[in-house]
Amino acid sequence: MSLKHTELTQNPLQKIWVPWMSSKLNRRRGSSVPQFTNSPTMIVMVGLPARGKTYISKKLTRYLNWIGVPTKVFNVGQYRRDAVRTYKNFEFFRPDNEEAMKIRRACALSALKDVGTYFMLEHGQVAVFDATNTTRERREVILSYAKDNGYKVKWFSYSRHTVVFFIESICDDPEIIAENIKQVKLSSPDYTDCDKEEAVADFLKRIECYKVTYVPLDDDKDSHLSYIKIFNVGSRYLVNRVQDHIQSRIVYYLMNIHVTPRTIYLCRHGESELNLLGRIGGDSGLSRNGSKFAAALGRYIKSQNIPDLKVWTSHMKRTIQTAEALGVPYEQWKALNEIDAGVCEELTYEEIQANYPEEFALRDQDKYRYRYPKGESYEDLVQRLEPVIMELERQENVLVTCHQAVMRCLLAYFLDKSAEELPYLKCPLHTVLKLTPVAYGCKVESVFLNVEAVNTHRGRPAGDEPMCSLVSPYRHTRAKPMASPTPTRAPRLQDLGVTSLSLQVLQCPERSGQSIPQSFEINASFQQ
Amino acid sequence: MMTSYEDEPMETSPRELTQNPLRKIWMPYKNGLPEKHIAQRKVCMTNCPTLIVMVGLPARGKTYISKKLTRYLNWIGVPTKEFNVGQYRRECVKIYKNFEFFRPDNEEGLKIRRQCALTALNDVREYLGVEGGQVAVFDATNTTRDRRHTIMKFAEQNDYKVFFVESVCEDPNVIAENIVQVKLGSPDYIDCSTEEAIEDFMKRIKCYENSYQPLNEVLDRALSYIKIMDVGQRYMVNRVQDHIQSRIVYYLMNIHITPRSIYLCRHGESDLNIKGRIGGDSGLSTRGKEFAQCLGSFIQEQNIKDLKVWTSQMKRTIQTAESLSVPYEQWKALNEIDAGVCEEMMYEEIQDHYPLEFALRDQDKYRYRYPKGESYEDLVQRLEPVIMELERQENVLVICHQAVMRCLLAYFLDKSADELPYLKCPLHTVLKLTPVAYGCKVESIFLNVEAVNTHRDRPENVNISRLAEEALLTVPAHQ
Repeated sequence: MSLKHTELTQNPLQKIWVPWMSSKLNRRRGSSVPQFTNSPTMIVMVGLPARGKTYISKKLTRYLNWIGVPTKVFNVGQYRRDAVRTYKNFEFFRPDNEEAMKIRRACALSALKDVGTYFMLEHGQVAVFDATNTTRERREVILSYAKDNGYKVKWFSYSRHTVVFFIESICDDPEIIAENIKQVKLSSPDYTDCDKEEAVADFLKRIECYKVTYVPLDDDKDSHLSYIKIFNVGSRYLVNRVQDHIQSRIVYYLMNIHVTPRTIYLCRHGESELNLLGRIGGDSGLSRNGSKFAAALGRYIKSQNIPDLKVWTSHMKRTIQTAEALGVPYEQWKALNEIDAGVCEELTYEEIQANYPEEFALRDQDKYRYRYPKGESYEDLVQRLEPVIMELERQENVLVTCHQAVMRCLLAYFLDKSAEELPYLKCPLHTVLKLTPVAYGCKVESVFLNVEAVNTHRGRPAGDEPMCSLVSPYRHTRAKPMASPTPTRAPRLQDLGVTSLSLQVLQCPERSGQSIPQSFEINASFQQ
Repeated sequence: MMTSYEDEPMETSPRELTQNPLRKIWMPYKNGLPEKHIAQRKVCMTNCPTLIVMVGLPARGKTYISKKLTRYLNWIGVPTKEFNVGQYRRECVKIYKNFEFFRPDNEEGLKIRRQCALTALNDVREYLGVEGGQVAVFDATNTTRDRRHTIMKFAEQNDYKVFFVESVCEDPNVIAENIVQVKLGSPDYIDCSTEEAIEDFMKRIKCYENSYQPLNEVLDRALSYIKIMDVGQRYMVNRVQDHIQSRIVYYLMNIHITPRSIYLCRHGESDLNIKGRIGGDSGLSTRGKEFAQCLGSFIQEQNIKDLKVWTSQMKRTIQTAESLSVPYEQWKALNEIDAGVCEEMMYEEIQDHYPLEFALRDQDKYRYRYPKGESYEDLVQRLEPVIMELERQENVLVICHQAVMRCLLAYFLDKSADELPYLKCPLHTVLKLTPVAYGCKVESIFLNVEAVNTHRDRPENVNISRLAEEALLTVPAHQ
């Protein structure tokens, strides 16, 4: 019996074993978790205005990108604003306004076309079609479009039909609708020149225009479709015909998110003994300054007067010691442990350079996908942290005391940062990041607790553009945006609601040979 | 104004930490003893136990769901137990005559059935209280609003959270299949012919139909529940209160009853296996490669429809899969348990260098965490997404590792944490699992290629004071 050639080689960046001979057998290269779908998915939002469709669209897109599923929102309202430069009033949305109906239909079709481009040419996996889609007729148009467009992909010669999943948001609570209008409609480009009452009155009339023709998904007539109906911001759900893995994950996510106001505090452990020595990883205890920080953190938390605060740490001594100083119960999560640096554990960067120069170079080439020998990559970290994110979504006020790489991953989720940016996010010691959901994004306040610490941030090597990953050009691994791509024609920063100062702090790329971080008292929200 | 925090005197100095030698968990201690400490995270546990209440006509899969859900929750570390009221009835009324017992006008029958329900609830209270249980699954029809009200009052008195799981199904084919699978074999119908049994059972269902009050969208809007319609085609989920209910809903929405088979096996024998060394990332030995070939032939012969093949990201499982000439997916979560400082050591070397660790491992192999490594308990948590996806899938072959395979097997065969680390998963042997009735049928297929034995039984002496020979008594032979 002749033995088949089973020689493997290990990709040097991600440490993934692949066959020597180019083989199509191993579909999923790179990344810890297989991707379970080859068909692109179109998520179609359904619902009257001010039912949270855009909120859900953006949040879901952020989540899917973070876990590695390339996703993009197509907001038809945006297309309309580009087509019709000035918004006069609600009359545009009257069902008998033929001129406007033509324009609105054209916008929807234009958006659908862009969805096609996204799937075929931009390696998109999921498209979120954000519009009211309140009539059966409109939904039929979308379904036919999805059915008729089997896309041929360059490297594989099979066509994939598009899978459609509807998300309908139903709400008749006038208070929720009013709050919604206040949070996101008043500041819309449509109402820049209106005063508050005018805007609210007009918008309510706009909703009425849709109500006339609104046909919700019908449990009998639409029983063959795949959908989730969300009632009253999540008190009830109806789920019909979940077809595949990604829909199952989407449903689970949607059922865990909520809109109750709350605050998430992220910080690292206090400065550790190994931090002082410039060594990475390990499981050392707090240094003197680290203990000081822990005490300061305790006082800060007390002063914030946070109702029902949950405190989470990793299983590593330094985060637990930090939490101990708070004098409140805390939970240990192994998933919050720092990235495993494998053979480089407890080495200094100089020692890594000396002993593993190739590894060191590879890491700088693609810090997100780079896996330490016998260790982990940021990509692995994200998979490990997914249950933490899911539980954070369920919870209300939480303080997470963790580690540098871990905090970068969590922060990237909340602030919608790409895979390229994530490993360079600034998460200095002794600094608390206070995240508050607002409008479609997250407000960040950075609070330095004024206890000295070493700087552990190592910026991008000077002058280099991060090279493209050397991994094979399989569709799944090539473009992993990891942040919601710029929604068509809408400026992203505004949507995030990030204060300009903290944005500066977090995004400024550093040169190697960096200085001690600036103290951010200006941003500190703590007042005695 | 800048506020400085470093000059204020510390009110109370933070507690000292000690690392539990078995699990390597850091906990505070005082006077040399560990302090009462919030347990490290397994699942986000509330302090309130949860009472899951099944609802539905007979033959709607309530017991199937109860058992499966109980198995899953126990596997992820949530102590759960099911209480089947039908069992209580069988113990009370020794011999089952016929459906007349269930007639709504049978006063005697009604009294007995109500008594059984109350006895079961008492046992629930014992379990969730004294016995330390976290979740109880109350498996009965619970088809009337009145009965459910009684249960809710009971839960309220005892401070339990209540979550209803209702199964609704009108498809006669599904019901018929259900009866064939689990009712015909019931103790109630031991002496009946198939036709008699079916006929009687259909009449039994009828007895419940008239008084059945399904959970109602409006009337029951304050309750927490999931309504499963037509074996999972549609779900209605209302007011999920907490983490455990959210996990339960997610699980219930991923399971299915389509017949399928799951094949579990390890990679072929590796070079490190031959040397008696654990862990590492070595390639296949000659015999290991031979096994891979045989596995390929075996899979071909089995003629499995749409087989998915999964491996870990370690060389030896991937090499094994490559021989199958079918597409496969790599999961990092399927990697072998990380033995930390003991990676690539022989058991003799571990005894030599880390005799204390070696002894602790034998004392509690499930919870024992290697220094800078993992425990079986950690493995289970890491494998949970794999199990969830296995539930979604149909025919799957999982090529993995010894400790990993033990964890997966324990899930399917409902093995306890004590049994799990000693399950036998020899090299070159495929386990074919086929769901049947309330459990899983296992077929073990040795592919007739010799390999070393890597199974180490628990030695008799697990004391840290034991001699090296006593520790090494059960080490399997190697080069």
